[in-house]
Amino acid sequence: MATVEHHEATAPAGEDGLRRRDFINIAAVSVAGVGGAALLYPLVNQMNPSADVLALAQIDVDISSIQPGQAIKTIWRKQPIFIRHLTPQEIEAANAVDVGSLRDPQTLADRTKPDKAQWLITLGVCTHLGCVPLGASEGENRGEYGGYFCPCHGSHYDTAARIRKGPAPTNLEVPEYEFMSDTAVRIG
Amino acid sequence: MSFPWAEEYRPKHPFMRWLDERLPLPRLVYGAVGGGYPVPRNLNYFWNFGVLAGVALALQIVTGIVLAMHYEANAETAFNSVEHIMRNVNQGWFLRYAHANGASFFFIVTYIHIFRGLYYGSYKAPREMVWMLGLVIFLLMMATAFMGYVLPWGQMSFWGAKVITGLFGAIPLVGEPVQQWLLGGFAPDQPTLTRFFSLHYLLPFVIFGVVVLHIWALHIPGSGNPTGVDVKSPQDTVPFHPYYTAKDGFGLGVFLILFAILLFFLPNYLGHPDNYIPANPLSTPAHIVPEWYFWPFYAILRAFTVDFILPAKLWGVLAMFASILLLFFLPWLDKSPVRSGSYRPTFRIFFWILIADVLVLGYCGGMPAEEPWVMLSQVATMYYFAHFLLILPILSMVERTLPLPNSISESVLHGEEQEAAPVGVKPATAAE
Repeated sequence: MATVEHHEATAPAGEDGLRRRDFINIAAVSVAGVGGAALLYPLVNQMNPSADVLALAQIDVDISSIQPGQAIKTIWRKQPIFIRHLTPQEIEAANAVDVGSLRDPQTLADRTKPDKAQWLITLGVCTHLGCVPLGASEGENRGEYGGYFCPCHGSHYDTAARIRKGPAPTNLEVPEYEFMSDTAVRIG
Repeated sequence: MSFPWAEEYRPKHPFMRWLDERLPLPRLVYGAVGGGYPVPRNLNYFWNFGVLAGVALALQIVTGIVLAMHYEANAETAFNSVEHIMRNVNQGWFLRYAHANGASFFFIVTYIHIFRGLYYGSYKAPREMVWMLGLVIFLLMMATAFMGYVLPWGQMSFWGAKVITGLFGAIPLVGEPVQQWLLGGFAPDQPTLTRFFSLHYLLPFVIFGVVVLHIWALHIPGSGNPTGVDVKSPQDTVPFHPYYTAKDGFGLGVFLILFAILLFFLPNYLGHPDNYIPANPLSTPAHIVPEWYFWPFYAILRAFTVDFILPAKLWGVLAMFASILLLFFLPWLDKSPVRSGSYRPTFRIFFWILIADVLVLGYCGGMPAEEPWVMLSQVATMYYFAHFLLILPILSMVERTLPLPNSISESVLHGEEQEAAPVGVKPATAAE
């Protein structure tokens, strides 16, 4: 009575004790694994930003009408950008801070363009968990350091938009930008 | 099915033992598609197509879910959102073509699966429930595929929706209200598209549920086999794993190669170019046809051109639905005690005529509704119904069948003992 039993097949083993059949088995499963991975890639990758989203690259902003002490919000890559025209007092306050005492040490000069220290251009995205800090619009709470205040978890930014207090780890991010003229900025 | 000699699940790893005492899920899998499910040893490659249909369903669900992440079920933007998938989404062209051609391959393997059952008498006792659940799956598949085809909101999508819901409009008295209820209006529009998207997402999961029942029902008597002879002893079976997992794996490889050829080199071969034209409610394409897998049924629908007691339109609709509903009665129409067509010489001739008949119906369904195609579909439709309602019942009474083998293993052996026995196992002799 012959039933199928799982005892060693009688195929000859090589010198290393491996049979052809074992190799075929490993090879087949390996190829199936590679094929599975190749199939998984597009299924995962389709969730990454698509070509039309990636096409949103640069914006031009006219800053001629922003008075000292005022700020505007604009949108770049679906995120808010703050453009603040600093007053001389605000520039002074920013430069008076001992950089070594900061959580994320940067001078105002590090965060602005040469001879354009009055133009502070940052992303309006709190570096903690991504809320939009208050302080860009008229009459909003500007925090204990006269810059921005994030209402979500109480992060305070100073007049150079550097983190001074609260849970946020770094200063508000300065995007890549250049002045096309005295009144036009290209962001991106 | 657990034959007495089915291998019991014996977990070796302590964790698997712990799990098995609390949730015997690995035990269930082992008994369903593992070493614990004994399968006749003589299955040929026509027994691969159930697994292939299951793979096709999985493929459609996975690609469908990712497409739904980018598709907009909005009459204004649906067509463009499909183009957005094709042009902007990473590998979107691949996913969309895989889903569209996957539907065709789903039907190809399902049709082979069904005709396998028709030839080998897989619908006969004790497997009637397997057969009927399969037909339920088939009906759900057709409804699902139809609604999916509407989503791109091209010309064929729109007019397909109009015509297919119009079928229900042929029902006496309540026809028109039913059609308006299905469409959510007087013609296909935003409400139609929104509900079809919702149902197209739902039905595949209903199909999955019925597939579970289908497999469950199959595992009670166990798989059939090409001889139609019941399993009698351990010599007749081998464990599903590794023997049939390996064979199914090979079949899957062939399936994927053919699928890849179509997907990468002929992605629009099975589609209709008019569906690359956005839906226009004011102009029906000159030659409107459904997708190829509906053609035989479309031919039956169009074969009725004369009012006879009932209006021709209603006859066509009734005949089309009857052509599938009829198959639910097949286990009682074909009373022949011999399951397999291999031992029924006359049945076999008529089986191949039926295949030719369905192919003719399919061809007519793809052609314009003109002569000679109308005539041809009328003849082919008559023959289709005659095959099941007249030929099979008569055959089961008068046919002289060939002698059956005593057992599955005997039919396998033919004296070629080495070939019949698995590697490393001494072949059984019939005397033992």
